[in-house]
This record gives sequence, C-alpha cells and structure tokens, in this order.
Amino acid sequence: MTTLAEDTRVVEQRGHSHAFAEWMFRFRELGIVLALVIVVGATTIDNHLFLSSTSVQQLLSGAAIIALLSIGETIVIVTRNVDLSIGSVLGLSAYASGVLYVHHPHVPLVLVFLLALGIGATCGLVNGLIVTVARVPSLVVTLGTLYIIRGIDGAWAGGNQVNASMLPETFNKIGYGTVAGVPYLGIIAIVAVAIATYAMRTFRTARDFYAIGSDPAAARLAGIPVGARVFLAFVLSGSIAGIAGAFWLSYFGSVDAIAGVGYEFQVIAAVVVGGVAIFGGSGSVLGAALGAVLLNTIYSALVVVNVSSFWSQALAGALLVGAIAFDRLIALRVAPALRTRRRARG
Amino acid sequence: MLVLEHAEKSFGAVHALEDGDIALFAGEVHGLVGENGAGKSTLVKILAGVHRPDAGRLVLDGEEAIFDNAKQSQAAGIAIIFQEPILFPDLSVAENIFVGMQPLKRFRRIDGRRMRREAAAVFEQLGVRLDLDRPARGLSIADQQLVEIAKALTTNARVIVMDEPTAALTTTEVERLFGIVETLRATGKAVLFVSHRLEEIFAICQRVTVMRDGRHVLTKATDELTVPSVIRAMVGRDMEALFPKVPAEPGQVVLKVERLTREGVFTDVSFEVRSGEVVALAGLVGAGRTELARAIFGIDRWDAGSVEVDGRRLRPGSPTAAMAAGIGLVPEDRRQQGLVMDFSIERNIALASLDSVQRGGLIPRGAERSFARDWALRLQLKYGKLTNPVWTLSGGNQQKAVLAKWLARKPTLLIVDEPTRGIDVGTKAEVHRLLSELAAQGVAVLMISSELPEVLGMADRIVVLFEGSVTREFARAEATEDAIMHAATGIVEEAA
Repeated sequence: MTTLAEDTRVVEQRGHSHAFAEWMFRFRELGIVLALVIVVGATTIDNHLFLSSTSVQQLLSGAAIIALLSIGETIVIVTRNVDLSIGSVLGLSAYASGVLYVHHPHVPLVLVFLLALGIGATCGLVNGLIVTVARVPSLVVTLGTLYIIRGIDGAWAGGNQVNASMLPETFNKIGYGTVAGVPYLGIIAIVAVAIATYAMRTFRTARDFYAIGSDPAAARLAGIPVGARVFLAFVLSGSIAGIAGAFWLSYFGSVDAIAGVGYEFQVIAAVVVGGVAIFGGSGSVLGAALGAVLLNTIYSALVVVNVSSFWSQALAGALLVGAIAFDRLIALRVAPALRTRRRARG
Repeated sequence: MLVLEHAEKSFGAVHALEDGDIALFAGEVHGLVGENGAGKSTLVKILAGVHRPDAGRLVLDGEEAIFDNAKQSQAAGIAIIFQEPILFPDLSVAENIFVGMQPLKRFRRIDGRRMRREAAAVFEQLGVRLDLDRPARGLSIADQQLVEIAKALTTNARVIVMDEPTAALTTTEVERLFGIVETLRATGKAVLFVSHRLEEIFAICQRVTVMRDGRHVLTKATDELTVPSVIRAMVGRDMEALFPKVPAEPGQVVLKVERLTREGVFTDVSFEVRSGEVVALAGLVGAGRTELARAIFGIDRWDAGSVEVDGRRLRPGSPTAAMAAGIGLVPEDRRQQGLVMDFSIERNIALASLDSVQRGGLIPRGAERSFARDWALRLQLKYGKLTNPVWTLSGGNQQKAVLAKWLARKPTLLIVDEPTRGIDVGTKAEVHRLLSELAAQGVAVLMISSELPEVLGMADRIVVLFEGSVTREFARAEATEDAIMHAATGIVEEAA
C-alpha cells in the first residue's frame, strides 16, 4: 500500500482538464477577488480618479454595512433557511438608537449598541421560534416579519426624522472617521468578517450549520440538534442586523421610517454572488463579504462611467443570476472530476 | 455480545417482524438471509435504534439495552452501514467521518489536524485511500460505504451491521469490501452481514441466520449448510392463499420487448406478453424490475433495444406515447406516484381519462362524477363520499382507486408493480380476482411481484430477473418456489 504522501503527488501530476473547475470550486473567494480587480481596473482605465483615496474610502464604508449583514445572512442560508427580515430589523434598531439619543443625549455609546443588539436579538428570537417550533418555512416567516417589523417601525416613527444634529459627535464619528485613511466602519467590518470566517471553520456548532444545510435528515440522524442550531442561526442573524442598525445610523446621520428598505435583497445578492449556495451546505462568510464589496464596487463603477442607475440595477440582477448559473456550471463540471478522481488514483 | 430475542414489530396491521432472534459474537461475521419482506430490514432498524420493538428484548454484553433513537444505538457501539449511506454532500470526507464528534483543542475549537490524522489512520487500517479533503458529493456508493465504515471505526463501534452493502457494488468493489470485512472480523468486531446473495454469505460468513415471514427459521454454522438447504429454509412454506386464476386463451402478442438495455440498470432484456396473459416479473428488490417497467412506460429512457406494442415500435422516453399505445402503469408507490393524495376520489379516478370526460376543453363535474362512480362500483371501492380526498381511503382501496384510474382508459397492456404490497388479505384477493378477470377479457397484464405465492398463483408465465438480466423464463407448469429463488439469486446452474 502506498502512503498518503505519495498519493498526493499522484493527484498533483494528474493535470486533469477538470482541474480549473475544481480549483474554482474550492477557492471560490479568489474568483470574486479576480472579478473585483477586473472591475476596478477597467473603471480606472476609463476614469483615473476612480481609485483616488476618498473614493476607495467611500467604497469601503458603503460596503461595510452590507458586509456586516451578510455575515448573519450567510449563517442562516448555510442552514438551508433564509432571513428576509434583516432590512426591517436594521431600520427599527436604527430608529430606536436615534430616538434614544434624542431623549437622552448623554447616554453612553455602549448602551446604544446594547439596545440595538437587544432589538435585533429579539427579532431573531421570534423568527427562530416560529421557524423551529411551529415549523413554518423560513421564507414565509421572515417575509411576514419583514412587514410586521417595518409596520411597527412606521407606526412608531410616523413622519418623524432623527437628524445628525441630534446625535452626539462621538457617535457620528464612527460613521465618517478614519484610521490611517481606512474608515472605522471598514475596519469594524473587516474584523467582524475575519472573526466570523474563522469561527465558521473551527467550531462544532458552526460545522453543524453546514451539516444541516447539506442534508437536514442526515443531520438529525447524526444526532445534531437541528432545531436548536437553526434557532441560533436566526438569533445571530437578527443580532447582527440589530447592531448593523446602529452603525447604519452613524454612517447616514439621519433616520426615518424607511431606513434599510430593500437591504435584505442586496444582502442576499451579495451572499449568493459570494458563492454561498442558496440551498445551504456550502459557502463562506469571507466570500459573502467579498460579494458585498464586489456588488458595491460595481454600482459605484457604473456611476463613474456614467451608466444610469436603472441599468446598474439590471446589471446587479444579471450578475446574481450569472453567479448562480456559474455555480451550477462549476458544480456540474466538478462532479465528473470528483467521480473519476478515485479511478485515476487506482 | 449482542443478542436480540423474540423481537416483534408491527406497522399498523402489518406484522413486519413476529419473532426476530439473532446473536452476534465478537470476531465473527454473521450472515442474515431471507426473502423480500422476511423482516431483515426491520430487524436491522431495531438494532439501529430507528424502530423500537413492540416486544422482545435486546441484550448487549449481558445487559438489557433499550434504544430510543439512532444516537443511543451509536453510543452503545453499534454502527449500521446502510445500502445507500447517508453522507453530507457538501462536507469533506474527513468532516463526514467526524460530524458531531470532531476532536477539539483549546477553547472548544475543532482540531482539524488531528481530525485528518485520525481519518488517515483509519483508512490506512482499512487499506484504502481516499482524499480526505474532497467533498462527499460524487463519491461512489462503495466509497460512501467506506466513509461510513471509517466513521464506525473512529467511534470504536464493536458491532457493525451491513444492510445489503453489496447490492450496488461492482465485483471489484465487493472484493475490496470483503477484505475490509475480514479485517474488521480479525480485529474482534462482531459483524452482521445482511445480503440476499447466497454465494457472498457462503464466502465470508461463519454463521447464517435465515428468516422467513418475519420469523427466525434457523441459525447454523455456514459449513453445516448448503445453498439448496438455505434456499429451502428461505421459501419453505405452504401456499397460504388460493388464487382465483381464470384460465384464458392467450391471443396475439401485445408487448414485445427486445434486447432492452439501460446502462447499469438492466441489460439485454427480451420477453413478450400476449393478450389474455398474466406475465410476472420476478426477482429480488434491486434486480431492475421496477426500472424496466418505468422504461417500458417511457418514464426513463433506454440505451439500446426496442419495445413494440401491437406490432408498432414505441417512442422511447415518452409516457404520452406509451399511454396512447394503450399501456397503463400502476406504480409501486401509490402514495407518491399513483395518486394525487389531496385530490378527491372522483378526480383521481378520472385523472387519466380526462380526454373522454371533457366537453370542449372543460370538465363538467357531473360527467366526472358519474364516470368515477361507475368505475368505483365496478371495482367495489369502499368509500365515504366521492368528493373526499383520496387519502381517506384504506391502503387496499387506494390501490383499487389507482387500478380504476387505469382501467377506465381500457388499456391493452396493464403494468402493475407490487399490486398487493401493504394491503390486507381480503382486498388482496379482490385485486387478484380483478387482474385475473382483466386477463380473461383479453388485456395483457405484466405484474411485478416480490411475493412468490402471488407470482406462482397468478402468472401464466414468469420472467426472472437477476441484477438487470433475465436468468430464466418459466411456464406456469414448470415453476416452483425453489426454482424461481435459484434464478433470482443468480444460481442458474443448479436450477431444477
């Protein structure tokens, strides 16, 4: 019997025609980076100001909140569920944070974020309970809570608006401040994505998410507490959306009843473009965050090269469909490669 | 080491297991054989903790054990390798082995390096090589079984149950599996090897248990047994029911299947069915009978060969063409394929005959109802109201509803797949009478059945399939249970 070391060599020497497809399959994130480089490169050739420092800053902070939200959404989608309520959760928590400052201008920063977290966690808890206890499909549950939470937000805010002038300077600074040219929000998102990416690889609970999404019935047979894990995924997603609401307020400086409308679809688009399988089981937080950056960069690039915003939406949609089709194609290409693998090795 | 005594299990009115007995010893491979429906799978599922026995006891190392779920059975050291393993397609091979019990390092983080090292060690022990980092998606069935076996070894399972593991394997894969089974035996594991391939049982098992009709028949050392003696133990029983066979003079050929091949499923199958004839397709589960029926009806395509109905070639892969040619198919799984469970009884019966019920593209309810009532009466369907959803019917009456649906089309050829599975004895006899009458009226009937008495009692001719090929064809007079069983297990030479 040959040793494993020798075996690896055989694989490397194989030089199979499926090698590229398989490589793309395993390192999906690099593909997005490649696409990002192409978009930025092409736009810069057209308009050299595209890569000027303020523009990059804007790109980063613009993508930061979508990237944050995509962490939670990735966790939920990996378990073969979906959370459509995150835009509404973000809106509610952003408005609540603003109102807190209006009534208590000197409230400590920590308390504001705790409030945002609490609101998000509560919403996630409700979603998770209905999905796991009442066994209603998450698509329906979160579509419902999307409207319910938005409704509560609207009834509470009415036509009122909280402005940047009503918010303390320390809070506003989170939104526009920079360290060595890098915006705070960008740093926060990068750190959060890094932690989440690591955690999703190294904790049993996180691996359980992948197992559940890959085959729920098999997960149950393997003794994984499926209900508890799915519940946790929704609580995490809600909590992240809650915190993202506070960041959203600091970035935009003003909030009314329609804050974050439609974000859920931007986020899901980013997650899917980032290579997270829409039916669960595979994909990484890093990929999803890169997807958020890519989409945001494309929007900005289209503005720079003077394409109307209507077209940029159509293009984002095309990219979404393209990403899914690409995934299917890669999967189909990889499948025979994976099957012949054993035979090639004898 | 592990003893199961007098286990009983019923599902509704069906006694799947009436007296299950088995005793496994460390360092021994124990074969379990029996016909389809003998209760083998139920026994395995009791060991797996999937089913709880209604009576009887399970003794593990001298202590009584009760398993409420699969997890408890696993924790007790019992590992089950199913015919088609259940893996997580998106997770890597190594992760599949350790799912839910990954080795941990500080802060409860998964120790990926140790996980891969241990997985590699297990595969080395088994003498096989598998890429640990590739996803399980696309692994062959044989390799998936290896992953399950590796999983069993990493959990230190002492009892390893293999439920028909070789059914989907190629010859070389079977040989490799035998090598692994031998390794497991040599390391002191108790192995239960469920198979219906007798030559395999004789090749690797030290002892054999035979089951029949949910009951333990015999347990003996393999060298005290011969293939014919095991087969006799498997089938030896009285003809339990009388079959109302109406003699009919076979007419012209209705269905002519010639050299039909679907790669990896069935090969070079040829036979004919004449009008007024009941031809049975016999064989074991997995022999390719249902697949053959699906191909004839056009649900699946075939790779080579031809199907002729009334002398005209049938277009492959088109159920519409098959229906137009006068074929009806009563599928094996009536819940999923035969009926629309939420539709009313009348709509289900009329579903395949809408062409004759419709008036200018519309379906008048009255016409549909009288049409359905007519057929329900002819088949003596027992129902509350025709507008009730079809799931309110009992199993036997559901089967009659499926039959009504197809008979209403007045088919020239009716294919019935396991027509009496899971229905009570009374309705069974009615279904048999119905099929017999149909044949007498000149319909050609192709019946797939795993029940030998049904095959012997109903069929004018019997075509036996083994692993996708026809091994023998019997006329009614020359068929016996023993001879069919021989042909169905691939032992052609010894057939009487």
